[in-house]
Amino acid sequence: MTLNKEAELLKDLPLFSKVDLAKLKLLAFTSERLTYDDNQIVFNEGDEGDAAYIILSGTAVVSIAQGSKELELDRIKKGGFVGDISLLCDVPRTATITAQNSLTALQIKKDTFFNLIAEFPEIAIEMMRVLASRLDNTNKQLRDANSKT
Amino acid sequence: MTALSFPFLYFSLDLPKIIINKAISGKDIPSDIFGVSIDQVEYLLILSLAFLMLVCINGGFKFYVNVFRGQLGERMLRRLRFDLLSRVLRFPLPQFRRVSQGEVIQMVTAEVEPLGGFVGDSIALPAFQGGTLITILIFMFVQDWMLGLAAIALYPIQGYIIPKLQWHVNQLGKARVRNVRRLSEKIGESVSGIEELHANDGARRVLAIFTERLGTIYDIRYEIFQRKFFIKFVNNFIAQLTPFFFYSIGGYLVIKGDLTFGALVAILAAYKDLSAPWKELLTYYQRLADSKIKYDQVIEQFDPPGILPEDAQHAELEADFSLAGPISANNLSVLDDEGQPIIESLSFQSEKSEQVAVVGPSSGGKDLAAILMARLLIPDGGQIKVADKLTLDLPEAATGRRMGYVGPAAFVFNTSLRENILLGAMHQPLKEATGEIIDLDEKKRNIRNAELSGNSLDDLQADWVDYKAIGANSETELREKLLDLLKTVDLDGDTYDLGLRGTINPDENKVLADRILAARKALQNRLKQPEISNSIELFDSEKFNSNASVAENLLFGTPVGDDFILDNIAENQYVREILRETGLEEEFVRVGRDVASTMVELFADLPADHEYFSQYSFIATDDIPEFQILLGRADRLGLEAMEEEDRNRFLALPFKLIPARHRLDLITESIIDRILEARRKFAEKIPDDLRGAIEFFSEEKYNKSATLQDNILFGKVASDKANASEQVGALIAEVIESENLRSIIVEVGLDFQVGLSGSKLSPAQRQKICLARALVRCPDILILNEATSALDSGSQTKVMSNILAATKGRNLLWVLQRVALAVPFDRVMVMSGGRVVETGGFEELKGKADSALNNLLRDE
Repeated sequence: MTLNKEAELLKDLPLFSKVDLAKLKLLAFTSERLTYDDNQIVFNEGDEGDAAYIILSGTAVVSIAQGSKELELDRIKKGGFVGDISLLCDVPRTATITAQNSLTALQIKKDTFFNLIAEFPEIAIEMMRVLASRLDNTNKQLRDANSKT
Repeated sequence: MTALSFPFLYFSLDLPKIIINKAISGKDIPSDIFGVSIDQVEYLLILSLAFLMLVCINGGFKFYVNVFRGQLGERMLRRLRFDLLSRVLRFPLPQFRRVSQGEVIQMVTAEVEPLGGFVGDSIALPAFQGGTLITILIFMFVQDWMLGLAAIALYPIQGYIIPKLQWHVNQLGKARVRNVRRLSEKIGESVSGIEELHANDGARRVLAIFTERLGTIYDIRYEIFQRKFFIKFVNNFIAQLTPFFFYSIGGYLVIKGDLTFGALVAILAAYKDLSAPWKELLTYYQRLADSKIKYDQVIEQFDPPGILPEDAQHAELEADFSLAGPISANNLSVLDDEGQPIIESLSFQSEKSEQVAVVGPSSGGKDLAAILMARLLIPDGGQIKVADKLTLDLPEAATGRRMGYVGPAAFVFNTSLRENILLGAMHQPLKEATGEIIDLDEKKRNIRNAELSGNSLDDLQADWVDYKAIGANSETELREKLLDLLKTVDLDGDTYDLGLRGTINPDENKVLADRILAARKALQNRLKQPEISNSIELFDSEKFNSNASVAENLLFGTPVGDDFILDNIAENQYVREILRETGLEEEFVRVGRDVASTMVELFADLPADHEYFSQYSFIATDDIPEFQILLGRADRLGLEAMEEEDRNRFLALPFKLIPARHRLDLITESIIDRILEARRKFAEKIPDDLRGAIEFFSEEKYNKSATLQDNILFGKVASDKANASEQVGALIAEVIESENLRSIIVEVGLDFQVGLSGSKLSPAQRQKICLARALVRCPDILILNEATSALDSGSQTKVMSNILAATKGRNLLWVLQRVALAVPFDRVMVMSGGRVVETGGFEELKGKADSALNNLLRDE
C-alpha cells in the first residue's frame, strides 16, 4: 500500500474524515506502517505505551488477562484504532493486542497524535464518540457478565 | 668558522681598489702572474673573476653560518620547551590553580619561540656581525685613519641614545607579554566553559572582555611600534650623516692627492657594507633586551615553590619494592591560599590489607584526606608513613605504581579505550618495538637529535606495558586480564556494544574476519525459521533491497572515503555515466521531481523549525521555497527543457529513497530492473582510481568499511515488520553466543577511540575506565575518592562489590559519597571539620545511638 492509498484510507475513517488529505498524507508519511505475523503480540497489558495504532488491514484482537486465562474483549478491524487509552491518560496498556489475519497497522507516536488533535479538534470529538461507544460496549459486557453469574 | 671568514671579507673589500687603481687606470700592471704573461684587459678580467670568487666564498660563509645558527636555535628552542614541559609535569598541583592551561600553552608555544631563534643568534650574530664590522673598520683605517674615524664618529652618540630609548620599549614589551597571557587565559577559559556561556547567553559579555584585552594589547603594540620606528629613524639619520663626511672630507683629500680615487670608492662601498652589520648589531641589542624580558617572565612562572625534584620523577624502584603494609598518617595539616587551615592535625591509621570506608559531610575534608594519601598534595605539616616508608620521600615511581588513585573527575585521554586502561601500567619503555623498524638510520638520527636537545630518549614505539605488574605472562594472558577487568568495573557490556559498532581491517585480522563470516552464515541458517525469516532483507546481488536506499542498491557496497557517500553520489561523474548508459538519468530526474513535489506538499505548511524536517524530509527547510520554484519551472518548461543545474537538484533526490520505509511508490518495477543493470555495470567498469572508494557487498567476503554488526547481518532490518529490530538484535546476540564471538568483539571495542577527553563516552563510562586504569596494575594501596559518583546506583553496587573482592588482601581507602554504602567495609572512618571524629565497624558505630555515623545516616 502506498502513501496516497494510506492517506485515502485514513480519510475514509470517521475519525479523520474532516482532516485535509495533505495532512493525512503527512501523518502516514511520518508514521511507521507495520506488518504483523498472526498471533504476534502488538503490545502487552501493563507495558508502557508511547504509540497508538490504526488498523489498515487484518484484525487486532483485544484481550485482558483474567486469572490464568485471556479474556477476549473485542476484535478491531480495518479503520479501527487501538492503544489510544495509554496515550490519552498516561497509564500502562490496559489490554493486550494480538494480531490476526495478517494485521497491518499504522503506528502513530504520541507527539504526532497530540499535534494532530491540537490542530484538528474534530478528531477529538470523533474520538470521544468512539470512546463513549466503547464504554457503552464495556457496560453491556459487564451487565451480561453479571447476569450470567 | 666565523673568524675564518674575515680574511676573505677583507680581501673582497680591498679588491675593488686594486681593480680601479691598477687594472682600469693601467698603472703597475704586473707583466706576468705565476710566469704567465698578461696584458691589461686580461689582468682586469682575472681580478674581476677573483672578485666574483670572493663574493661566492663570502656568500658561502654567510650561508653556512646562517644554517648553523638556525640549527642551534631550533635545538635550543626544543631543549627549552622540553624543559618547560617537564617542569609543568612536576608542578605542585595547587600551582594549576594559579596558572591556567591557556597561559601554559601560550608560554610554551608562542613566548619561547623568539627565544629559541635568539639563542641561536646569541653567539653567532655578535661574533659574525661584530667581526664583520671590525674587519671593515680595519680596512677603512688602513686606507685612511681620518675617514675611518669619520665613519665611527657618531657611534658613541648612538650608543648613548639608543639604550635610553630602548628602555621604554622594554617596559612595554613586558606589559605586552603579560597582557597576551591574560588573553590566552581568557581564551582557554571560554573554551572550557563554553557550555556555561551558551546556557547563560554570555557571549556578548565574553566578547566585550576580549575586546578590552585585545584593545590593551593593541595600545601597547602600537606604542612599541611608534617607539621602535623612532629608534630606527634616529639610527637611519645618523647612518646617512656619515657619508656627508666621506664626500666632503674624502673628496677634499682626493683633490689634494692625499687619497687615491680608488680608495674613496672602496671606502664608500665598504661603508655601505658597514651599515648592515651595525644595524644587525643594534637589532641584536634590541632583541637581547626583548628576549631577556620574555625569558625572565617565562622562567618565573615555571619555577614555583614546591616543584617536584627531577629525581623524584625519574628514579627507578628496586625490583621487589612494595608498599604493602600498615598506613599511618600523623598530624596532617593543609592551609588554603590565605594561610587558613582547612585540615588540622589529621591523623589516621590503617592495618595492612584493611578495607576502609571514609565518610562524612562534603566539607569535612574527606576528599583532601584521599588526595594527601595519594601524595597528589603535599601537606603543609605532618607526614604519612606507608609500610614504614615516608611517602614524602618516595619517588613518583612508587606512588604512581604501587598506589592507585581515582578521583571524582574522571579524565580519559584521546586514544583507544585499551590504551586508556593500560596507561595505568605504562610507566617506561620495557621491550624494544617488535614490528619491523622502517628506517633504522632515521631512528638513530631522531635519537641523536633528541640527545643533542636534552629531550627524552624513551622510544614511544617500544612496548611500555608492564606485564609483570599486571600479572600477565603473555599477550593472551593480558587480554584475559583486561576482559576480567572490564567485568570488574562493569564496562564489558558497553565495550561489547562499541565492538559491534566498530570496524576491523580484515587484512590485519584475518582470523576474526573469517569468524564473523561464519557468524553471518549461522545467522542466515537461523533465518530459515518462518517466524523471523522476513525480519531481515538480506543483500542479494541479483535482487533489489527495498529496505536499503536507492544509492545503496546502486552501489551494492559501502563507500570508503567521500566519493560515493550519500551527499556526493549524485555529483559523481562515474555514477552519472552509469545512469546515462542505463537510461536512469531521465528517470531519476522525473522521480526526483515527484519526490520534491510530495515533500513540498507535505512539509510546505509546517513551521520551518518543525522536528519533522530533520526526521523525515528529504529537503531541508531552507530549500523548500527553492524547490517550489523549481517545480513551477518544471511544469512550465517540461523537465527536458530545464537547465542542467535545476535538473541536477531533482536528480539528487531519489538516491535517498528507501522504498519500504518511505512508501512513495515511485521506484517502479522497470526502474528496479534498470537499477540492477546499473549495479552490474557500476561494478564491472569501475575505473582503477575509484576502485578503492567502495567496498562491494559480497556473501563470501568481509566488508572492511562496514561495522562488525552489519557484517554479521549482511542485509537490512525490515522496516515494515513489527518488532523487527528487537528480533534481529536478539538473533545477533544468539549467534554471537553460539559462535563464541563475544570476547573477540569486546576486544574490537577496546580499540574504540574515545575522542577528545573521552567525549564519545558517557561520564559513567569514563569513570569506569579510570577505575580500571588504577586496578590494572594491582596496586598495594588503592585510594578511591568518590570514584563511582557518575554511576547509576545499580551499577555502583555491582562495581563496589567487585572492587572490594578484587582488592581483598590489599589496602583500600574509599571515600564514599553516601554512608549507607559503607556496610561491606572492614572499618568506617567518619571525618568532619578536617579530622577523624569516629572510627569502627559499620554495625558497631550504628549501634551507638548518638554516633556521628548515625547522624549522617539520618541526613541521607
